[in-house]
Amino acid sequence: MSGRVLVGVKRVIDYAVKIRVKPDNTGVVTDGVKHSMNPFCEIAVEEAVKLKEKKLVKEVVAVSCGPQQSQETIRTALAMGADRGIHVEVSGNDYETLGPLQVSKIMAALAKKEDAQIIILGKQAIDDDCNQTGQMTAALLDWPQGTFASEVTLDGDKIKVVREIDGGLETIKINTPAVLTADLRLNTPRYATLPNIMKAKKKKIANVKPADLGVNLTSKLEVLRVEDPPQRQAGMKVETVEDLVGKLKELGKV
Amino acid sequence: MANPLRSEVVRLYKNLLYLGREYPKGGDYFRDRLRAAFTKNKSVQDPEQIKAMIARGEYVARELEALYYLRKYRAMKKRYYEE
Repeated sequence: MSGRVLVGVKRVIDYAVKIRVKPDNTGVVTDGVKHSMNPFCEIAVEEAVKLKEKKLVKEVVAVSCGPQQSQETIRTALAMGADRGIHVEVSGNDYETLGPLQVSKIMAALAKKEDAQIIILGKQAIDDDCNQTGQMTAALLDWPQGTFASEVTLDGDKIKVVREIDGGLETIKINTPAVLTADLRLNTPRYATLPNIMKAKKKKIANVKPADLGVNLTSKLEVLRVEDPPQRQAGMKVETVEDLVGKLKELGKV
Repeated sequence: MANPLRSEVVRLYKNLLYLGREYPKGGDYFRDRLRAAFTKNKSVQDPEQIKAMIARGEYVARELEALYYLRKYRAMKKRYYEE
């Protein structure tokens, strides 16, 4: 029983930035664009740090997969209260094709290597909106999962999770070790203020390569095309109900 | 010169500068106003007054954090949750 929590954080384009599609339609413009930690990952980090502050877990380890710049995201997690970081170096073409399957393989390998009790991830990333990594990680490790968590309570060696589902809220009790994915209302993430960032500079970030973990990064998916959503058509104004019916008939809708 | 308070004031200034980078009206807008506010009170000597001003600065910092959080929360809620 190590009491260690692994938190996955992803570096994504900042939520407030207006996304532009590349002229060749192969992806979105990322060069020179502001990046930050995925909002759901922030909530995940906050939950892990809260568990540590309540002394329910002993250590919080922040993990990110990506190029050099992913270290900034890990630093933010450290500033929020994580104890140490692990940067899994993935760059170039491997990074372009990095998806939930590869990340979940990496997380599973790290969970075994670090002897983690709980893995907390954001429910989905705001750039790819996959909502798959948590679920795949749990399947690879054969661990129970508490996804879309809006409330997490540790109860002995079990975890009570209140999940946000379409019909309302569902409460489940799962064994540890387990994988949790954070939903919007789980908590209010703290801001990584300047003094905390300064303190976090002393914390360690280990460098790992996917090959060291025995993970194959080849992707079976190929992005064919990326394009803007269709422009919204301007609406038409009509004077009377007869006009409305007439227009609908014209368009062949009635 | 209220020396022990000077480092606190400088720390507050750096903090607010860092927080202000994400200000919706622009980091420059915030920085200019921050600088103006601090230089306006440059000559204040009374430690009590300085402490009160530091407290007000910390209040502004907390307000900024709340602003950023609410903006993000509302954006996420609008994008991902059908009302």
